[in-house]
Amino acid sequence: MTAGRAVRVALYGALAALYALHQDAWFRHDPRIVLGLPVGLAYHVAYCVAASLLMALLVKLAWPAGLETDGDAP
Amino acid sequence: MTLAVLVAYLGCVLAIGLASHRFFRGTGEDYFVATRTIGPFVLLMSLFGTHMTAFSLLGASGEAYRTGIGVFALMASSSALVVPAVIFFVGTRLWAVGKRHGLLTQVQYFRARYESDGLGLLLFVVLVALVVPYLLIGVMGGGLTLTQITGGQVPGWVGGLVMTAVVMAYVTAGGLRGTAWANTFQTLVFMVLGAVTLAYLLDRLGGLGPALERVAAAHPELMVRGDAVPPLKLLSYTLIPLSVGMFPHIFMHWLSARGAASFRLPVVAYPVCIMIVWVPSVVLGVLGHDTFDDLRGPAVNSVLIRLIEHHAPDVLAGLLGAGVLAAVMSSLDSQVLAIGNMFTQDVVRHYGFHDQMGERQQVLAGRLFVGGVLLLTYLLSLVTPTRIFSLAVWSFSGYAALLPVALAAIFWRRSTRAGAYAAVVTVAVLWIWFFSVGGDDPAYTVGGTGVMPVAVMFLASIAAVVVGSLVSRPPSEATLARFFR
Repeated sequence: MTAGRAVRVALYGALAALYALHQDAWFRHDPRIVLGLPVGLAYHVAYCVAASLLMALLVKLAWPAGLETDGDAP
Repeated sequence: MTLAVLVAYLGCVLAIGLASHRFFRGTGEDYFVATRTIGPFVLLMSLFGTHMTAFSLLGASGEAYRTGIGVFALMASSSALVVPAVIFFVGTRLWAVGKRHGLLTQVQYFRARYESDGLGLLLFVVLVALVVPYLLIGVMGGGLTLTQITGGQVPGWVGGLVMTAVVMAYVTAGGLRGTAWANTFQTLVFMVLGAVTLAYLLDRLGGLGPALERVAAAHPELMVRGDAVPPLKLLSYTLIPLSVGMFPHIFMHWLSARGAASFRLPVVAYPVCIMIVWVPSVVLGVLGHDTFDDLRGPAVNSVLIRLIEHHAPDVLAGLLGAGVLAAVMSSLDSQVLAIGNMFTQDVVRHYGFHDQMGERQQVLAGRLFVGGVLLLTYLLSLVTPTRIFSLAVWSFSGYAALLPVALAAIFWRRSTRAGAYAAVVTVAVLWIWFFSVGGDDPAYTVGGTGVMPVAVMFLASIAAVVVGSLVSRPPSEATLARFFR
């Protein structure tokens, strides 16, 4: 497996893991306040930030090959 | 003052949309996809503004008032991952194939990829049918909200008429470029407005901490997801944002991108945009109990409006009204343009006048269809009962369940017309069945298990496309050569 392909596979794995982490059973009944918000809400705000960071990595390291060529071809 | 702010806002939108006409090149491709020249920032704003509706401001705060913070996980953070992933995996590839083959609509793509006129026609009917309630909800919701915000000064039918007229003016004049420019302005308005409203109201409520403490003391159940959103519902609801991969209006915006690189910013920034719009709505919805603790039924959806009327009437009320208009119009414009585009390309050009129809005739047909669809939508909005609002989640579920057809078309060479037919028919049959059983119950889940109908429809759609493809003849080599490299 090439290094580029390994990175791609790792990022797809991270995407699947982040999808699974959406199920926040651990905070389901937790009423604590964290960073000024109920922890169940603060977790999902942080989740949005994590999603953005993962997307940045996907764009940087796993951008689909050949799109511009495909698009620009007559 | 409220009315003056609203009129000024509509004037700005109209001016921006009409200004885009100066760049119009007079071709069908320019009218429907801006000659594929839209850059990253405008693409992000167009996609996000088109996707977000007034629900993000009013419905979200109402749900948070009713059920607590769980609504953010249910509807916002799931979209924050799923939508950019769909743009990354599906949007970029459909843009590339669309540019290579000069495509203007979804139906053109599926018709060519699956070598079937009949499938194209079936998809046309299904895609348009699913967008109709969405259009009506926008016009009706916008009109009703304007009536509330202006204290009855603007009747619902006048609000709907004004919105429809403004959208008609800039969409017919500017096509997709006008729509994208106006959407950019409108999306910025409702994003900034959410933050401003949150900051102002938190100040009036004595700060976030004390206000949360007061609500938590009286309603601790609102501070947790708890039983309001059970695990199976949370899990199956994550499939609903997949609908973005089959919305005709989102597809049209994808085709308008200047290059593949234009998608990079939308993919990365989308989760943050969702956070910016939804956090204020959810927090203010929960904190609504600090001021009004007795809202029940449909009245909960007006909690944000009531908070503003109570704590900051006049200018802020006008700005909230502008935000709602922005959210409604930025979806409505793209939806009617997409339908106008589909009628022009997939019906008139494909079935009657392909060779005879020049660029000017295409633009004229598109404008006539946009005007006609808007006029029809407005007239229907006057006689449609308000229970249509419950159709939104059903509309999204239908689109989401059709996504396997697109995924198979893009990624699976062996997928065939029979598989696509099987998936579309399966989704249609299941959709009708589930709707007949649970359409009147907003809390309906399959057999009361907590599983949303979209999960069953999505899995059945995958099974249908796989089985249907494997038992039928593979696509021709010529087609595979066109769509796979």
